[in-house]
Amino acid sequence: MVAIVDYGVGNLFSLRSSLSSIGADAVITGDPEKLRTCDRIILPGVGAFGDAALKLRQSSLDEVVRTEAARGKPLLGICLGMQLLFEKSYEFGEHEGLGLLKGEIVPIKGAVPEGLKVPHMGWNFLRFTNGQHPLFRHINEFDAVYFVHSYYASGCDSSVIATAEYGADLTAAVSSENIAGCQFHPEKSGFVGLSILRAFCGL
Amino acid sequence: MITKRIIPCLDVKDGRVVKGTNFLGLADVSSPVELAKYYSDGGADELVFYDITASAEGRRLFTDTLTEVASGVFIPLTVGGAINTVDDFDRVLKCGADKVSVNSGAIKDPDLILDAAKKYGSQCVVLSVDVKRLNGEFRVFARGGRDDTGMEAVAWIKKGVALGAGEIVLNSIDTDGTKDGFDLDMLRAVCDAVSVPVVASGGAGGIGDFVTLFKEVPGVDAGLAASIFHFGEVEIRALKRELAANGINVRLI
Repeated sequence: MVAIVDYGVGNLFSLRSSLSSIGADAVITGDPEKLRTCDRIILPGVGAFGDAALKLRQSSLDEVVRTEAARGKPLLGICLGMQLLFEKSYEFGEHEGLGLLKGEIVPIKGAVPEGLKVPHMGWNFLRFTNGQHPLFRHINEFDAVYFVHSYYASGCDSSVIATAEYGADLTAAVSSENIAGCQFHPEKSGFVGLSILRAFCGL
Repeated sequence: MITKRIIPCLDVKDGRVVKGTNFLGLADVSSPVELAKYYSDGGADELVFYDITASAEGRRLFTDTLTEVASGVFIPLTVGGAINTVDDFDRVLKCGADKVSVNSGAIKDPDLILDAAKKYGSQCVVLSVDVKRLNGEFRVFARGGRDDTGMEAVAWIKKGVALGAGEIVLNSIDTDGTKDGFDLDMLRAVCDAVSVPVVASGGAGGIGDFVTLFKEVPGVDAGLAASIFHFGEVEIRALKRELAANGINVRLI
């Protein structure tokens, strides 16, 4: 059973559809007990970091996610859900994340050359930084995935497993032991994205 | 680097794709669900689902169809047609849309763009604009190209972006249906004026028109078309191979 954490942020329709299309048994839940008993946790998220971090705290699900991650349960953060795994974000102020991974979330503007549009939106190619990570076992380097983001994870070199070139190397995916994150949307990245979700689900 | 996007547009009326006939290899050619899945699996970078009836009684059918389409599509999905309020955004987003396209609704009430962008983020708000040359200027038309709004197009688009629109779909009424190619002058004028993604729509007749589009107007991010894809005149994989052969960055599958 894969639990998609429901903490009142964003639309989980596509994520659920994509998991069901690969034959994964998935549930959308905000119930701590279900998060404790499931095999894997996906932390989704769209919108602004501060708001999402607050909702996660208010629902007390931040502690559940931290505890389960510490117990070694596979955890995948997607888009803003990936950013929340880090220590802090500078999106509209300064906000604390879950602190499960070392690094911080900073604006793309300023990191990429003038003239490139922000958000970094559209299909871009994955460059593996540390060989073929198990999350990528069904895909190839330079496969394209779908991004929509204006901030990216910085200072997290040791956990980066893929980048996307956009005038600079933007963090595309991270992993450390049982914790992983995708800046892109695997549920919107066609066959390649579904293959990444399959790998995470152990399928 | 971000690839140029190819976007088929499904014009849906009463739950069926209009113009969706004569398509090879599909059991039901005018089923939006089958067609959407065909494109999602076949190399399209994004889909636009447009409810052209947009009548009150068509609503329920529309959201049912949309939900079914969205369940089988694992690429970004933009939905438009009769989006007049933030509640309309909410309704289609819950059915699986990723972005929502506004047109006449934003002309009537420009704050719709602002309110939706505040609630869902700019990346979710697509401003679709129907434009025709009139008295030497680019003029915005409303209600599917029927009503002259009197507004100059570049000024309206700039205002839309300032209010929070995250993407522009520029439909040239002048080139629409001609199959003579995209409206490059109009697209240039818009790309020069705004820094959000611009999607070209109207006029594509063949693969060469997409090559010309991306070579002549590098600021354009995507090319959108309907019937040439539905009728099988242009096959998306072949189109992308030709774009790549011309040095244009695309996602090949």
